[in-house]
Amino acid sequence: MKKKTFAIFVGPSVFMMVLFIAAPLLSVLWQSFHVTQPVYEQVEVETCTPGLLGSVCTTEMKTRPLLSDNGKILTETTFVGLQSYRNVIEPEKLRTAIARGSWRDVMNIRFWSALRFTLVFTILTLPLVLGTGLLIALAVNNTLQRIKGPVIFVSLLPFIITPVIGALSIRWLFLGDGILTAGLEWWLDRDIAMFAQAWTIELMMYIYRVWHVAPFAFVVFYAGLQTVNNDAVEAAIIDGASRWQRLRYVIIPHLMPLVIFLTLIHLMDAYRVFEEIVGFSASAHVISLQWLTYEFLLQDGTGARAISRASASAILTMIGIAVLLGVPLRRVWREQRAS
Amino acid sequence: MKPRHILLTGAMAVAANMAFADCMNAVPVKTISNAFPAYEIMTGVMAGCGNVESELDKDHRLKIVDAFSANPSLYSMTSLTNSTSVPMIDADLLRPLDDLIAAHGANLNPHQFIEIDGKTMAIAAFANTQHLMYREDILSDLGIAVPTTWDEYIAAAEKIQAAGVVDYPIGHYMKDGWNLAFVFVNHYLGEGGEFFNADWTPSINNEKGMAVLERMAKLGTLMDPEYLVSDTTFVTKQMQQGKIAMANLWASRAGAVNDPAESTVSGKVVMAAGLRGAERIASTIWWDGWAIAKNISDEEAEAAMKLIVAAMAEDVIQANNDDAIWLAKGFVPGAAAKGAFDTAAGDAVPYPMNKYIGSMHSALGSGLAAFMTGDKDAATTLADIEAAYVSDAKEKGLLK
Repeated sequence: MKKKTFAIFVGPSVFMMVLFIAAPLLSVLWQSFHVTQPVYEQVEVETCTPGLLGSVCTTEMKTRPLLSDNGKILTETTFVGLQSYRNVIEPEKLRTAIARGSWRDVMNIRFWSALRFTLVFTILTLPLVLGTGLLIALAVNNTLQRIKGPVIFVSLLPFIITPVIGALSIRWLFLGDGILTAGLEWWLDRDIAMFAQAWTIELMMYIYRVWHVAPFAFVVFYAGLQTVNNDAVEAAIIDGASRWQRLRYVIIPHLMPLVIFLTLIHLMDAYRVFEEIVGFSASAHVISLQWLTYEFLLQDGTGARAISRASASAILTMIGIAVLLGVPLRRVWREQRAS
Repeated sequence: MKPRHILLTGAMAVAANMAFADCMNAVPVKTISNAFPAYEIMTGVMAGCGNVESELDKDHRLKIVDAFSANPSLYSMTSLTNSTSVPMIDADLLRPLDDLIAAHGANLNPHQFIEIDGKTMAIAAFANTQHLMYREDILSDLGIAVPTTWDEYIAAAEKIQAAGVVDYPIGHYMKDGWNLAFVFVNHYLGEGGEFFNADWTPSINNEKGMAVLERMAKLGTLMDPEYLVSDTTFVTKQMQQGKIAMANLWASRAGAVNDPAESTVSGKVVMAAGLRGAERIASTIWWDGWAIAKNISDEEAEAAMKLIVAAMAEDVIQANNDDAIWLAKGFVPGAAAKGAFDTAAGDAVPYPMNKYIGSMHSALGSGLAAFMTGDKDAATTLADIEAAYVSDAKEKGLLK
């Protein structure tokens, strides 16, 4: 292909990627090193507010932002270096916690407890998603041709449901005296509160994520199974390979590129775990890195946000994903070079 | 109730409210407001005047600053409270209403006006606070006197728990985040605490703060163990379903707990004043009302003002007397309003109207759960919250 033709074909998508991916990323990076604040003045203000029994008037010094000529709040931006990052990861607290050798103290720092959950969540759900997906794919592949269509449709349902809605519906099954909690209580004859301690909430989140994402792994594996070379399988049968040996030595090696593909996608998705925290109202017990970013971005009661810390936390999340992806990506890269 | 009946009742409620509105509106007006019965009533009346588009949204506070910064503003008016008024007034997004009140507001009570340096920036429709709601039947069966302080409340709850007549003696809005922080704010004020030193540095890590945490932990043992996900609606339902015997709840829910259409215990719940801490009643007074955007035409602002006046007309208030603690003319405090009035007549203070409390409230919201779950002790919790407040207030430019 001529260079010019190539440029014409690629140009639009490069432009879009710069506009919608690179530019926002750079802006987040820039904001994580800067702090933008309104310029405040102290003024004496008389305020009268309604009470039930009549107005209450007070005169007090108030901190009010200055307005510029065009009526907008006057702000100034200063370079703060790594201050916002320090505010997020709280290195001094971490150092004292480590010096004391107390895991509990480390987990009481929000960033580190969020990192702990995010990593465990990502790494624990990965093999479960791959395994469940493969099992469903093998099962569907071996069902009767007649009912394959409906079975595939039903297996895909959890993936079609919007994540937050799915999480909420599972939460309602368990919250308070929800159907499943009531059922468990009746069966085990004891009082159960699924949302009263961290481990039950975490367990529900793991199960939910596997339930939700396994269908995606299933579809990918199912497609892969259609391309398995039947001659190789037949040869294995003739050689006396058992069902397990065929799976282990013929089918799984064939599906390996798909396993890596799914691993990459899952690591990226699971590291950004957020819907589960919202859906299961988990924030009192466990939080994730994305939740931390969201918390910084959320307006406080008087409308202010912590944009710089939110940016720093977002950049840290990105770095985390990049590190996690490094392992499988290096493998792919080595294979590519070898071939 | 069958779905058809619900639809019918809903339609009748709207029709009933429309019938009151003695108004005609020709200018298109858009409103945004919080979503609960009092606002449904007022926007219902406004809709009856014609050309009004209303958006009711529990999270409206997250939208209004940006929406009103646009020119023209995306909404003509918004609902407003002590707390949400701060960013709107700071950014100068509200229209002073004095001229419009002079022209159209003859029927409003002067104590409905929120005045900043002599200029009226908003008009309150009703007041809100938190007070005791208790099951009269249970307390009199067990011979328990109506508690007036938090200590008496806890003692009463322990008796109810021992008697085992309900699932849990009390319910409380202790959902992680804003609600949990709000519980602390109220109790700390009730202990006579000051959140800030003179230079706005935090001062909650003291005996009063410790006393509040101790009490909150105690309350936790008397509730459904899932209390960290329980918000006001959750507690209201617990009360309606007879699962709890007492709650310190928002006055705006006083109507619902005795509403025969929703509640299995209607008529049995009685309202009393908010409970006292060591110093004063540990409740805060809130006002809720309307404000008009600055960035709209005079014509639209005038139409909005007329609608606000129509929504608070005497006959509207009379027809919906028990749905809120109305501040407008026509309100007759009934049994549902007793708790709120007793709270206000006591020494409860308004929720603070400044920027620092916003930052403090957030720091409390993300810092308290670790104490309630037992991950942190009280002193560490308070020290960490103070540190979180300082770093937050510094980033927001409030502290040097």
